[in-house]
Amino acid sequence: MANIKYKTLIGLEIHVQLKTKTKMFCSCPTGFGGEANTRVCPVCLGMPGVLPVMNKKAYEFSVLAALALNCNIARFTKWDRKSYYYPDLPKNYQISQYDLPMSENGYIEIPTDGGETKKVRILRAHLEEDAGKNSHATGNYSQVDLNRAGTPLLEIVTEPDLRNGREVRSLAQQLQRIVRYLGVSEADMQKGHMRFEPNINLVGEIDGKEFKTAIAEIKNLNSFRALERSVDYETNRQLEEYLETRKGMGQVPKTTRGWDADREITVHQRSKEAANDYRYFPDPDLVPVVLDDAWFEQIKSRMVELPLAKERKFISKYGLSEYDAGVLTSERSMAEYFEEAIEAGGDAKRVCNFITQTGLKLANEAGKSFVDLGIEAKKLAKLSQMVSDGDINASAATSLISKMVESDEDPMVLAEKFNLIQKSDTAELEAIVEQVFAENPQAVEDARAGSKKEKKSRGFLMGQVMQKTKGQANPKVVSGILAKKLS
Amino acid sequence: MSDNILSLSCKQLRDKILAREITSVEAVEAVFNNIEKVEPKVGAYVSLDKDRALDEAAKIDKRIANGENPGLLAGVPVAVKDNMATEFGTTSCASKILADFKAPYTATAVSKLIDAGAIVIGKLNMDEFAMGSSTENSGIKQTYNPWNLDCVPGGSSGGSAAAVAAQMCFASLGSDTGGSIRQPASFCGVVGLKPTYGRVSRWGLVAYGSSLDQIGPLSKDVTDAALMLNVIAGDDERDSTCVDESIAPAKDYLGELDTPIDGLKIAIVPEFIESASDEVAAAINSSIEVYKRQGAEIVEISMPHFEYAIATYYIVATAEASSNLARFDGVRYGHRSDDIKDYMGVYSKSREEGFGQEVKRRIMLGTYALSSGYYDAYYLKALKVRNLIRQDFTQAFEKADCIIMPVSPTTAFKVGEKTQDPLEMYMADIYTIAANLSGVPAVSVPCGFDKDGMPIGLQILGPSFQEDKLLRVARMYEVNSGIEYRKPAILD
Amino acid sequence: MTKKLDYDEVREVALLARLELCDNEVEEFATQLSSILEYIEKLDELDTDDVEPLAHSLPIKNVFREDIPRECLSRDEALSNAPDTDGEFFIVPKILDDNSNA
Repeated sequence: MANIKYKTLIGLEIHVQLKTKTKMFCSCPTGFGGEANTRVCPVCLGMPGVLPVMNKKAYEFSVLAALALNCNIARFTKWDRKSYYYPDLPKNYQISQYDLPMSENGYIEIPTDGGETKKVRILRAHLEEDAGKNSHATGNYSQVDLNRAGTPLLEIVTEPDLRNGREVRSLAQQLQRIVRYLGVSEADMQKGHMRFEPNINLVGEIDGKEFKTAIAEIKNLNSFRALERSVDYETNRQLEEYLETRKGMGQVPKTTRGWDADREITVHQRSKEAANDYRYFPDPDLVPVVLDDAWFEQIKSRMVELPLAKERKFISKYGLSEYDAGVLTSERSMAEYFEEAIEAGGDAKRVCNFITQTGLKLANEAGKSFVDLGIEAKKLAKLSQMVSDGDINASAATSLISKMVESDEDPMVLAEKFNLIQKSDTAELEAIVEQVFAENPQAVEDARAGSKKEKKSRGFLMGQVMQKTKGQANPKVVSGILAKKLS
Repeated sequence: MSDNILSLSCKQLRDKILAREITSVEAVEAVFNNIEKVEPKVGAYVSLDKDRALDEAAKIDKRIANGENPGLLAGVPVAVKDNMATEFGTTSCASKILADFKAPYTATAVSKLIDAGAIVIGKLNMDEFAMGSSTENSGIKQTYNPWNLDCVPGGSSGGSAAAVAAQMCFASLGSDTGGSIRQPASFCGVVGLKPTYGRVSRWGLVAYGSSLDQIGPLSKDVTDAALMLNVIAGDDERDSTCVDESIAPAKDYLGELDTPIDGLKIAIVPEFIESASDEVAAAINSSIEVYKRQGAEIVEISMPHFEYAIATYYIVATAEASSNLARFDGVRYGHRSDDIKDYMGVYSKSREEGFGQEVKRRIMLGTYALSSGYYDAYYLKALKVRNLIRQDFTQAFEKADCIIMPVSPTTAFKVGEKTQDPLEMYMADIYTIAANLSGVPAVSVPCGFDKDGMPIGLQILGPSFQEDKLLRVARMYEVNSGIEYRKPAILD
Repeated sequence: MTKKLDYDEVREVALLARLELCDNEVEEFATQLSSILEYIEKLDELDTDDVEPLAHSLPIKNVFREDIPRECLSRDEALSNAPDTDGEFFIVPKILDDNSNA
């Protein structure tokens, strides 16, 4: 058995579609779906004599996203043409950025096990236009739909700082949260709003001898799961292949592999023998962008608290678990709602449970986001207080949440209406306890302090009291009475 | 009557139409009568639409009858180079690859003509994709010089110049990437203006060299050039490289046109004049005398980087062209080869069949100049020299208001004379290319004839966005030169 | 004298430019492009180390559109110039390799 030590180097090339209303260089509407070739105009069809004009919003979105990725924002940036022929690329060049990208040298923090975070360096993030789509469904021909052509894309290139599928998935999820928080992308992987192409190879030693495998780029990844699985699959595949062939970087060309989601394997697509000659040069149809201080400040002022910062705050300030903080910050609207409810006097853990346990279930059933259920944050805070004050119990609170979805009434009014207020009147409850004691002498005996069956029997007696009050007795008050009478 | 109409300038014709002395329909009829006679010999047009022209003319006449003023070019028949997109007819760029292309949009410059009341009667022949200096590279037909049918009309706007010279329209639009308006204007004895880069919108102009291309008028006289510029100049939200009104507002180019030029400084570069043919040099020298007589001061300057303009141009223009012409691929429009095995063939076969030799040559050159390993040596180097050439102009305009020089070293040459050696053909662009590289405006004005009766052009170059001054200098030559008016013999 | 461009280089450039040149053209272009490139080497006479490249003669910057949708072409208009369509898509012979990039 060989002595193997290695690490996996994974870098990502990421394309994020920006959520502008119109395309990057023409006024056609963007958007997923739509009948083929109906969101096109002479510009995005690449007809002769047409000219691109830059969408200001797309540039501002990209600056905002790059700021969130801790990049240096260039004060001068320009557009270059990247030439290659492909039927989904109408002009046979893509308007992109080459030597002067709009941002460089950033990082994204991803959570790792144990509450630590890891910084993954970002080499650059630049703006470019998307291509259309070729489909090869039927017959001996391919179909070209140019609806997507010209959609603004932020291309993000990371350094090879990732080590495994879990980290890659984590980065993808962080990025999704970030761009959604910023409102610059819908970032839905299934819909191709966010596309990841991992570049993977291994470096290490076998029996003291260094080795490096050839880089493989993986395509066709349209879910977080696929992203994670493909990276881990490819890592093992490269190791096995190397052990078998002992051929690595330099002896084997760089390849592109596709993820086969059904078989859960990567499949060889093509070798990249020589680098493509893209013949970049400055696009003479466009003029440079100069970002002055005033404009930069204006864009910066639109920055929001980012998800990871919020998540950490939820853990440290409100004592939430990592898991709960993660769920609450998965959507900006929900995280902000949570904060609003705390501000209004809600108990953090209780409000968190309301949202993550009951609220999300209801939202899911209704096919809406939690916030769109329409419960006012301050009413949820009040509900939390009602539980703290003993006015209602936890299960009543749960049922009240679903009533609050349907009604704008105050939770206290609703609780009264549906008879969910707890009995806390000591005299009334003492009478009921006396009655239960009379009916269950053996249990009372067993429940005396110091008895072997004390715990079990007190529970039984409590249950009997609850039964008699139809669950509306305040358990705190009842157990106080029990303790007093049985001591 | 018809003959009288044809010899009018745009301005004169417009005034008569507005005064209801002539109708626009009559003007269109007169032009088409002449086209029937002359066009078979000259071959200036790629497409003509008489019915449409008459319909539009009738509409203009009706508006005038209703007391409206349809605009600066009310009822005037004009024509445009076939590289300007029009929603009517086809836009072929004189290329087989685009022969049947119907644009769903109209070039801004053409829309502005129409909005000013002009009647666009047809599309004019050119070197394919504006690549050439003789219109011999048209993929559709040959155009001949109205002054001598054995000669070329110049290029690439050969049809635009020949049609104005042969009175087959009252003015036309051409495009100028390296001299393509000025040189044919000079060869055909008409006025041709290349405005400052960014003065006229390029929207709808099929790009050759995007950082160099500019649309401009060809006309019978300088006044008409100013009138046409008044119509087509100005900002356009669809062209990012068209200058904003706040940076350089378009002017009334007719305003100061007839103001005398005494005291103006006119620069010459003596060796540029010496290097032209004897007859061209003599004509330029006598034009210098015309200016001196009017009180202009002639200053001698040098432009040390001018001689590098051709080499610079043939890198910059072809690099841009190789990318601009990538879209002609037989997928969304244009020619697709019948002989295709796979999708790669759609590209390489269709392009091989659809493009002519000169276009392929330039695509090859530009592709090479941008390819990895050569970019710095060719493209980047050329952009640096381009800057040096612009600095030559900046320095020149510190010393003088404008510069005069020949348009072309020779008068129109014979058809077929230079087609064998592309480099020789390129060298003839020596005087015109630098203006495009540095963006400055330049105009070609007729300044006499050679011993064979072929027209000679005087080129005047001015500082950016000072077309008003440039046209004034041109106009003062036209007024004071005393050159006798001639018209091509084929019109007799 | 050796040419600046040999036949193989001409073929490589033609491949990049998607031009299926015939052998005659390869020969012709090798000769013509070589002589043009030789002429262009004239630029090497100039020392341009300290010169900024000038891609554009205009000093303009920051030209933008607002993010407001406008009407598109109808599909029929979009496809009307196409050599081959199925009424919905542009049609090309089946693409077997994946060269997509964006």
